[in-house]
Amino acid sequence: MGYRLGVDVGGTFTDLLLLETGTGAFWRHKTPSTPHDSSVGILNGVTAICAAAGIAPDAIAYFLHGTTVATNAVLEGKGAKVGLVTTEGYRHIMQIARSFVPGGLAGWIIWPKPQPLAALEHTVTVKGRIGADGREVRPLDEDDVRTQLGLLKAAGVEAVTVSLINAYVNGAHEARIGAIAREIMPDAPVSLSHEVLPEMQEYERTLTTVANAAVRPIVGKYVANLRTRLAEAGMAGNLSLLRSDGGLMSAHKAETQPVNILMSGPAGGVTGAIWVGRNAGIRNIMTLDVGGTSTDVALIENLEPRRQRTTEVGHLSVRASALDVKTVGAGGGSIAYVPDLTGALRVGPQSAGAVPGPVAYAKGGTAPTVTDANVVLGYLPENLLGGTFRLDRAGARAAVQTIADRLGIGLMEAARGIIDIVNENMFGALRMISVQQGYDPRDFALMGFGGAGPLHVNAVARLMGSWPAISPVSPGVLCALGDATTRMRTETARSFSRLAAQTSAEDLIAVLDEMAAQTRAELIADGVPEAEVSSLFEVDVRYAGQAFEVPLTITADDLRRDGMGGILARFDAEHLRLFTFNMETPHEIVNLRAVAQGQVPDLPAPQIARGDGNPRAAFMREHVMWMDGREQTGAIYDRARLRAGDVIQGPAIVCEMDSTTLIETGCVGTVDACGNILITLA
Amino acid sequence: MPATIVQTNPVPFNRVAIDPVTLDIIENALRNARIEMDATLVRTAMSPGIREQGDAFPLIADHTGKMIVGQFGSFIDGFLRNFDGTLEDGDLIFLSDPYSVDGAISHSNDWLVLLPVFKDGRLIGYTSMFGHQSDIGGKVVGSMPINAHAIFEEGVRIPPVKLWKQGAFNADLLKLVLHQTRKPDWCLADLNALIASCRVAARRVIEMAERFGDDVYFSATQELLARNHRAMKALIGMAIAEQPVSFEDYICDDGMGAGPYRIRCTMHREGEQVVLDFDGTDPQSAASINFYLNENMFKMFFGIYMIMVFDPQILFNDGFYDLIDVRIPAGSLLKPKFPAALSGRTHALGRIFDILGGLLGQKTPEFLNAAGFSSSPHLFYAGNDTRADRGGEWFQLFQIGFGGIPGRPMGDGPDGHSLWPGFTNVPNEFLERYFPLRIERYECAPDSGGAGLHRGGDGIHMTYRFLSAGVIAIHDDRWFVPPWGVNGGKPGGRARKILEKADGTMQIVGNKVEDLAVEADDQLHFITWGGGGWGDPLDRDPALVGREIREGLVTSGGALAYGVVADATGTVDAAATETLRAQIRTDRGPLALFDFGPDIAALRAACLDETGLPAPVQPQWPHLAAAE
Repeated sequence: MGYRLGVDVGGTFTDLLLLETGTGAFWRHKTPSTPHDSSVGILNGVTAICAAAGIAPDAIAYFLHGTTVATNAVLEGKGAKVGLVTTEGYRHIMQIARSFVPGGLAGWIIWPKPQPLAALEHTVTVKGRIGADGREVRPLDEDDVRTQLGLLKAAGVEAVTVSLINAYVNGAHEARIGAIAREIMPDAPVSLSHEVLPEMQEYERTLTTVANAAVRPIVGKYVANLRTRLAEAGMAGNLSLLRSDGGLMSAHKAETQPVNILMSGPAGGVTGAIWVGRNAGIRNIMTLDVGGTSTDVALIENLEPRRQRTTEVGHLSVRASALDVKTVGAGGGSIAYVPDLTGALRVGPQSAGAVPGPVAYAKGGTAPTVTDANVVLGYLPENLLGGTFRLDRAGARAAVQTIADRLGIGLMEAARGIIDIVNENMFGALRMISVQQGYDPRDFALMGFGGAGPLHVNAVARLMGSWPAISPVSPGVLCALGDATTRMRTETARSFSRLAAQTSAEDLIAVLDEMAAQTRAELIADGVPEAEVSSLFEVDVRYAGQAFEVPLTITADDLRRDGMGGILARFDAEHLRLFTFNMETPHEIVNLRAVAQGQVPDLPAPQIARGDGNPRAAFMREHVMWMDGREQTGAIYDRARLRAGDVIQGPAIVCEMDSTTLIETGCVGTVDACGNILITLA
Repeated sequence: MPATIVQTNPVPFNRVAIDPVTLDIIENALRNARIEMDATLVRTAMSPGIREQGDAFPLIADHTGKMIVGQFGSFIDGFLRNFDGTLEDGDLIFLSDPYSVDGAISHSNDWLVLLPVFKDGRLIGYTSMFGHQSDIGGKVVGSMPINAHAIFEEGVRIPPVKLWKQGAFNADLLKLVLHQTRKPDWCLADLNALIASCRVAARRVIEMAERFGDDVYFSATQELLARNHRAMKALIGMAIAEQPVSFEDYICDDGMGAGPYRIRCTMHREGEQVVLDFDGTDPQSAASINFYLNENMFKMFFGIYMIMVFDPQILFNDGFYDLIDVRIPAGSLLKPKFPAALSGRTHALGRIFDILGGLLGQKTPEFLNAAGFSSSPHLFYAGNDTRADRGGEWFQLFQIGFGGIPGRPMGDGPDGHSLWPGFTNVPNEFLERYFPLRIERYECAPDSGGAGLHRGGDGIHMTYRFLSAGVIAIHDDRWFVPPWGVNGGKPGGRARKILEKADGTMQIVGNKVEDLAVEADDQLHFITWGGGGWGDPLDRDPALVGREIREGLVTSGGALAYGVVADATGTVDAAATETLRAQIRTDRGPLALFDFGPDIAALRAACLDETGLPAPVQPQWPHLAAAE
């Protein structure tokens, strides 16, 4: 069977996880990222991890990769020079956007004016019009098209996008412009909105098309470079990238549809959590991925992550499916401060980042951070990263003392206050994906990972009532694990926009079958054996007149058996759960989506040796920490020496190479068969 | 007669000491609860005004009715003073009459839901939300007749009533109300959405009290109010002088040919208290442009502006109310006497914010923003849909437009964006699918943003092609008195409306018109105002002006206001630019703090030439004896 290698490139570290598919044995490695050329860091990691496993790189059959290259291109405005062709009268479609100004009343005073992703200088309009019913109102003026495309060519645009009004009903004009563009600018890739996103709402469709075109050359270059480097290293396996929705797509396909990998980074942790949950027998999970500057949270119900129809990147909301991951500016590097006017304790969203970092890292940081508070309280003992790195405990104390002085409270109270506030911010994000979506957090476990997740997971689980709190095996490389263990996926979407009473299950099935054939063909073309492809459908339903839809997942068999009535009944139940009421109003079927997926790879986690329940073999030493308003003596354990079945009484700390798990007073951590620590109330 | 609050548990809350961390946690949780209210509302409402445009406002208050989170301030205190009844567990108050709540809502279109939150027999807080209904009956579609002389012409008026009484729903009451509107389906959905939002927030309040204890929650709300009081006290001491400063601005007209109407406010500090006095504001109008301004709401606006201008970190609530004294003359445009018509209040509501900006910034020009509020420009379009397969069904559209954000200390004003919180435009493809409309143009109106070092945002030129005959109404302002510039910046462009008939003839139409018949294939050019400019336009980078010519945001003619000589392709003639700028610098006088453009007399004289519309005539008072 060979090996699967998951690789996650973060801002500071590149994480690798190598799985031997037959035995489930795995190796992990962390190496500094190389932002100027990520492939350097990746290759360093590949060399090291292959050496550790005693294999040659050509034994790696699948190279599976989560990357923020597309995200950063958008956030940093480093995308390609995109030309946009739109309908006469709509030149400022990207400039006006949805007219929305965030920040509440008077928020406009402090809101920076955004620059559109397709420069206005490179936006042209053409004569010709399609009506809302799909009929041609005015023919396309091809002379005008040639003139306008000539302007874009002269301006040196690197990619052409075409997004016309009502193209979601009839893409003929777009297709014709695309053909002329290929003729005039044979080297520039062309994206048509009715192909990228055949859905109503001109701004969102245009933005999505432009975003796709803007990141395409960058992703293309990135993939080509990576492919070359890997080949040089002797690796010949499949190269796939993680999509924002948690599935994999071939690198080849990602080059043409990069809009689908905009949130590839955070998706890895969620798919990793699913793998851990499957092995631990826990099917309902909320994830808590705590990094240096921010925390990502997501909800997994019955081992399926919640998805949403939009990908949020910076201030842009792109219409591409993504895992419903919410991000808050709360992480280890979040800075604590006390504003003069209110005298309130605030934590984040400003972050000390990787440089200068927390005071305790002694890299020049002076502002007190969450990490410093953790150090002061004794939650982060001794060394991080297996001993290469000493913490400046005195510096952390002095920094946190400034907060204590401003608040007029003791050092420990101030430190604990910082932790409580940051936990509360994480709690706020978790509420948005649970309570606000109608889920009871008490029905879910909470899994903490990323550098600092296991440090906060116990306290946040207590706030949420979400037990057990899980510290998974290898919490520091869970994203790479997710890259390595998820499956291939693709999807397509279409506007349907008909009242339920005016259509039938047969109509739906006819359209969905056609869409299923398309997505199956895509996966097969991507190398998935036909027998392994499964299809499912999503139908967006709302009460006619509402602006938001509720997506329902169905199979063709459900649809045949229960008919339209079955869908509507499910919608009513879901609406009641979400919003507490139902209405007599007619239902509208808004959008249809077909999803094709490959098989979930059969990758059971290896089991660790079973002990007698007593963790003494892993005991390192006693340790004093501040908890529940007093100093308490607990123990520090070495995670590598824990055995299945070991029960750890809080307060305790479990250390490993790249992460620290905190078990609070009044809680116990139980090590499961795979080595995950499940924390519950004692 | 004040309201009687019925509590089965007479034990008062105990004020207990509260540590700063718990306080911050509760503050944060309340903020999240408010976000949740908004999310619930927009996801379930149906009228485009609320669901697409976000025209709705949430509030969470303490047990005495003081707002802890929200943005329009609390009216509950005034409501309790005037409500002749009991308030009990399981009650839900529903109302829409501005006169019943001291103007907390300012026209009958805003439906308000108030939910007293009880826990273990004690009143622990309130949640409330109001939202704009697209139609509540009355003499015109959309229920906002410009030409109304009394509130009775403006649709159904709901005094404070119990839609739920001790847990029992009053279906007949709702039936009676919905029977008055042209869009009962929208009204019902939006009302459901408002109630669902309040219930969600009430649940969060109870959860918080359960988590921390009732006394801690109670004490936290009081401490949050006190904290805000301290912060605002410091801010007021720093930013507001004892010497009075005044500012005035105008509503262009009342839609009946009279105008402009002056709004004047004078601000000074007495000790720790700020006095805001609207003495000098014109008397009330005989038409519907009156804005019944609730004093508490204005305190909140003032507080939010102070915070946004001087220190955006502060969370605002009602805690600072006693630091501010608002004086509004009775019988004025801002405190009209019953039964004055109120539906067209959006213009004065918008203008209040420009006045606040002018008041707060004039002693600190580095914080001063230009003017940018017109109002919420409205278009109403109603009729029978004659498109194929539509069966001639009745439709009615109420759409809010946007203009230019003013030039600001931090930079240019965004083009075609919303000054109102949370508002978004309606996708044109949505309009075209559901209404007999084709939107032929949706672009920035070049040169409409006032010239400045920081350019004011451009307004929008939107062209509606009507595909079915029907009637339209337009409510807009800033067509006569321009939005001013500051610190050397120029005024922004004024609003215009042009009806282009199918035969190509052009007809200038007013900016406040009612019941205008349109035919199929007529086109309406709906052009909104631009934001005022900020700073000396001669200091703006000529290359940037050149680029904005290529972007269609400025024209080569418009570039002259920046002293920039450039052709239609945006190529700048550097030498000519230098010469022109030197010439302008020599010719012009010193730059004024505010550039209001020509005075009212000059605007009147040039009105017909410049706008194609006759100048409004000076309003006359007194006009009507107020009915009782």
